[in-house]
Amino acid sequence: MNKINNKNKLSPGHSACAGCGQLSAVQSVMRALSDDTIIVNATGCLEVTTTKFPESAWSLPWLHSLFANASSIASGVKASLKNQGNSKTKVVVQAGDGGTYDIGMGQISGMWERDDNVLYVCYDTEAYSNTGIQASGSTSYGASTTTTPAGEKSIGSSNHKKDMIGIALAHGLKYVAQSISGFPEDIENKVKKAIKTKGSSYIQILTPCIPGWKLQSDQAAYVGKLAVETGLYPLLEYVDGKLTKSSINSKFKIKSIDKYLSVQKRFNHLKQKDKEKIQEIAKENIKKYKLK
Amino acid sequence: MKKEKILKNNKKEELLEGSMAIAKTVNNLEPNVVSAYPITPQTHIVEELAKFKADGKSKYEYLLAESEFAAASIILGASAAGVRAYSATSSQGLLLMTEVLYNISGLRLPVVMTIANRAIGAPINIWNDHSDAMAIRDAGWIMLFASDHQEAANQHVLAFKVAETLRLPVMVNVDGFIITHSYDSVIIPKKTDIKKFLPKYSPALGTYLNSKNPITIGAFFTPDKYWIERKTIHRDLDYAKKTINSAFNTWQKIFKTNSSPLSKLNTGLLEYIGSKNAKKIIIAMGSMCSTIEEVLKQEKNTALIKIKTYRPFPFEEIQEILKNKEQVFILEKSIAPGSQGGPLFLDIASSFKKEKPEITNYIVGLGGKDVSEEIITKITRNDTKKLVNFL
Ligand SMILES: Cc1ncc(C[n+]2csc(CCOP(=O)(O)OP(=O)(O)O)c2C)c(N)n1
Repeated sequence: MNKINNKNKLSPGHSACAGCGQLSAVQSVMRALSDDTIIVNATGCLEVTTTKFPESAWSLPWLHSLFANASSIASGVKASLKNQGNSKTKVVVQAGDGGTYDIGMGQISGMWERDDNVLYVCYDTEAYSNTGIQASGSTSYGASTTTTPAGEKSIGSSNHKKDMIGIALAHGLKYVAQSISGFPEDIENKVKKAIKTKGSSYIQILTPCIPGWKLQSDQAAYVGKLAVETGLYPLLEYVDGKLTKSSINSKFKIKSIDKYLSVQKRFNHLKQKDKEKIQEIAKENIKKYKLK
Repeated sequence: MKKEKILKNNKKEELLEGSMAIAKTVNNLEPNVVSAYPITPQTHIVEELAKFKADGKSKYEYLLAESEFAAASIILGASAAGVRAYSATSSQGLLLMTEVLYNISGLRLPVVMTIANRAIGAPINIWNDHSDAMAIRDAGWIMLFASDHQEAANQHVLAFKVAETLRLPVMVNVDGFIITHSYDSVIIPKKTDIKKFLPKYSPALGTYLNSKNPITIGAFFTPDKYWIERKTIHRDLDYAKKTINSAFNTWQKIFKTNSSPLSKLNTGLLEYIGSKNAKKIIIAMGSMCSTIEEVLKQEKNTALIKIKTYRPFPFEEIQEILKNKEQVFILEKSIAPGSQGGPLFLDIASSFKKEKPEITNYIVGLGGKDVSEEIITKITRNDTKKLVNFL
């Protein structure tokens, strides 16, 4: 344990990759939070790059326990505050998609069932970035990862991305939203709303991973925006289970997925018919979320 | 026997199920957060605690967990945020907690758990042995073992005291069914007595999660720093022997329990029961010690070392007693497959520097197999001669 005394909630000096989408999204989340917040972090890139002992980039009370248990830890923290008569301090979980879609799923479900007053933020890199870009339950169809490598007999990941937003909604959460790291204001607005929610809330943010998606270090925001414009990763907001008229979506003209795929080497190997399948996914999203 | 009896010293003796005795004691210890997941034979304890909460007889938050992994994590989080936290489990549940258990001790969080000891599958078996506790013995927890209801109650008081003094987690092991589901007379430690012994838990600002003094807990340690942290836990666990003994003595004075007439030495770590001059000695843990004590009334040339604290292991204290003994029988309810004997045997055998008495290891009571007076008598009379015997 060590003390930190600096103004930024997450100060510079962390060891994330240049241009990391996740770290920029974290800055946006932090700007929306008050100093009276406790952070519970799952194992992953964010934890590893910000807390190399004896240094810490965090000026909020911050706890990391394990890969799978961040939500249960947050429930415990919240219960502890409640028992001390403190209903003011907010509790926020931060985890990657691996910690959320896969290994942490049971614990998240438990926390949501209890409806504990915790905001859960998932930084979605569509892979286990920290351990070297292995496939997770969030990996896109067709993406080449180190455990779903493209090859003569493989199109990369043949699984479909799990519908985590749908899972959150199925638990009856009053606030569920999706954003991307390239829209700091959208993230800030959503975090500010989520944190006021009574009970559990969930925000999922697409955070392009420079080495994972094989991008140039200045492309994270750009590729994220393409994800929104294609309909593959729309900006979403559900209040009380109902889709709100998403603020920014309406300003975009829907684009084809070609550019989105071609800037990322993880999709380099795809043939036309595979690309068409991905275009179908985008089309379904456009319909489902009424993007046009 | 009557359900309640007021003793001369004004203490109330009640006839209680072991689980109820534990739950009542835990409630009197006023934890702030309780979380658990049901598993036989732990269930009665957490059901009682849920009922106290439902009836407005407790002040803790009671969180339903969706697994033992979550329950352990919830109490970890609660403790890291500065309050007293408690859980209970058994067997498969304890193993499912393993990752969290190491984390709790590594983060130096003073949580307390009850383990209603039960065998581990496969084959699936719900009855008592110590395989569960032994599977996590290196997790860095202080591990107490109770031999009866009263000791179980008292060890929970001791557990919170030691945990909060040293910032180390403590588990109290009680034999599943044999203690948790049987009735015996117990004096439940009263809140007024507990308050004299265990101050309100108020960790210093800057040691727990609080926005007035933000700290980073659970940082990432590189090879040059990690080992120092692990070594410190090892050192502090060893040091805990002193704390356990002094806390035990203080509590004895407040609670004023009588030791059994056969007891010749009684510390927080172990108890010596039987004739001082006995040449043969049994070493054991848990409820079978009560059965062994009965046998010793006839077998006067044999004495018992009842180990009450298994981690830290009181090897020096045991060595001191074994100095003038000729034969040692180690009775234990778990095995360490592929090694020379059971875990307790390995602990004791490895602590001799020079001459060793004759040691025989008996693996007994696996998966609830009865450890009868006949079996113990047979052992003391040397009817079995191999190094490791299964009875
Ligand atoms: C129980 C367990 N299994 C596996 C790991 C190894 N591990 C550490 S971080 C990580 C990947 C994290 O991926 P994600 O949650 O997506 O976060 P990211 O690093 O992408 O931000 C894995 C697999 C672990 N720490 N614990």
